[in-house]
Amino acid sequence: MATQTDAYRMAPSRAASRRRQKKNQLGAFGALSHVALIVWAVLVIGPILWTFLASFKTNPEIMGDAPLAMPDSFSWASWGRAWEKAHIGRYMLNTVLVVGVSTFFTMLFGSMAAYVIARFRFPGNRIIYYLFVSGLAFPVFLALVPLFFVVRNLGLIDTHVGVILVYIAYSLPFTVFFLTAFFKTLPNSVAEAAMMDGSSHTRTFFQIMVPMAKPGLISITIFNILGQWNQYLLPIVLLSGSVEDKWLITQGIANINTNAGYEADWPGLFAALSMAILPMMIVYIIFQRQIQSGLTAGAVK
Amino acid sequence: MRKYGFIFSFLVVPVILYAIFVISPYLQAFYISLTNWRGISANPQFIGFENFTRLLGDDVFWAAVRHHAVLLVAMPLITIAIALFFSFLLNVGGGSKSGKMAGVRGSKFYRVVYFFPQVLAVAVVGVLFQAIYRPDNTGVLNGLLELVGLGPVGWLIDTNLALWSIMGVIIWQGVGFYVVLFSAGMAAIPSEVFEAAALDGAGRFRLFFSITLPLIWDTIQVGWVYLGIAAFDAFALVQVLSVDRGGPDNATTVLPLEIWRTAFTFSKFGYASAMGVALFFLTITFAALSLRVTRRERIEV
Repeated sequence: MATQTDAYRMAPSRAASRRRQKKNQLGAFGALSHVALIVWAVLVIGPILWTFLASFKTNPEIMGDAPLAMPDSFSWASWGRAWEKAHIGRYMLNTVLVVGVSTFFTMLFGSMAAYVIARFRFPGNRIIYYLFVSGLAFPVFLALVPLFFVVRNLGLIDTHVGVILVYIAYSLPFTVFFLTAFFKTLPNSVAEAAMMDGSSHTRTFFQIMVPMAKPGLISITIFNILGQWNQYLLPIVLLSGSVEDKWLITQGIANINTNAGYEADWPGLFAALSMAILPMMIVYIIFQRQIQSGLTAGAVK
Repeated sequence: MRKYGFIFSFLVVPVILYAIFVISPYLQAFYISLTNWRGISANPQFIGFENFTRLLGDDVFWAAVRHHAVLLVAMPLITIAIALFFSFLLNVGGGSKSGKMAGVRGSKFYRVVYFFPQVLAVAVVGVLFQAIYRPDNTGVLNGLLELVGLGPVGWLIDTNLALWSIMGVIIWQGVGFYVVLFSAGMAAIPSEVFEAAALDGAGRFRLFFSITLPLIWDTIQVGWVYLGIAAFDAFALVQVLSVDRGGPDNATTVLPLEIWRTAFTFSKFGYASAMGVALFFLTITFAALSLRVTRRERIEV
């Protein structure tokens, strides 16, 4: 009887000690994994933070032997110079204009096409869908040379209209691909009820379907804003050196850099970089959930 | 019929835009690659496969292909390994909490932070890393090395190191996206699977290798294809970061850079398009092969 109780008592205590042992193992593993996570976080934040700090430094401070030192004083002078003299202000304005207009029309045309493809049966439906989706697979570089001439023959080279049209066209594949899947998941009943009440197809789309598709539309809108804002290749092909006043931000930044010799205004360069980074960081931090789900939605079922 | 009128009105603009700016350039590129077109003045002459035979004897072309091969193997391996490690910690590493597998503490924060570089324009990242990689002790990285008593390293001017330095930036920027991608994959694994394995005494290594890895194989495969396609791109970073656009001594050049330079600096449009076609076939072959090789029986959950 006594031995039996002992055995009973032993069992849980042995289990507990094993659990404790396991917990210790996890503890060491946990500590190491936290170190790894923190190191990567520092690697990511470090360069970005360093850019912001460098914008407050002076040329000798940046080009000196102590690149990691803090700036002596915090003055916004370099930000002013970058905005005015390096035309970052104008590039930013150009970019806002181009990206704003082209994202709007990308979403309008993309959702219209996706809606029709997703919810109507008509001859050629599949062909049009695959035509759009195939654009996801081709390297842009293959199209580069002819694209330049297509835009030039239309008289749109070196114009914002040209860039906007090209941005819309190249944003359509992902937009249509994603939104077609999205419109398919929406219930039929609401749209049918609206049609019964005599609403036209067009009205049903704009007043019923678009509001219902809002979460998907927001994800893809942000995705397109980010992609078009950060686009680098298309602007340098479509806006040549002779129309510097029409340049977009990434183009302007890459150019300040190539022109930067020993006399260069390094704090100004870093202020310009900071200005290009900030708006995207703000958009990202506000919408990080939608951005992350939007970007991965195509890949994970 | 009213329905067809509606379908037509919704499709006409997006399809025309897409046909003009995306489809037609891609189709033209194949034809231009068979000509000796050098610009507006000279008429393009059909020369068959001459451009392609010339490509075969072009050292710079083969240097670029070799760099893609290095990027194709090393970059996805490193990126996926780092991203898998972090996403496992962030999703499963914290053990079971009230019936759901949880990440280690702070996982939400890390997931947001790791994604930061993804929203920065590549041009911005390129300029930023130029300051980090500066060859003398004014560079951030060399400044850090100096703190531990190591001499300056010529990150971008050493022919053996330059490509790897650029690859480092691609990985730095990419990891966050794949952490999010794999996290989405891991979140889709029912937590009972982990629970059952943990009850059977599976440690973290078993949880990772026997459960997580096979169950998110599909997602890893998608990530692999994305990274492989990125290995064929890499244009902006090489253009901004490398010395002499693809240098030193062609040690970092990639096909997109050669296409861009051949077309827009040397006006050899036919030859550039031939490179574009080569790039197209390399990309497509890679995608097809990797989907075949990595295909595995789906594990039913």
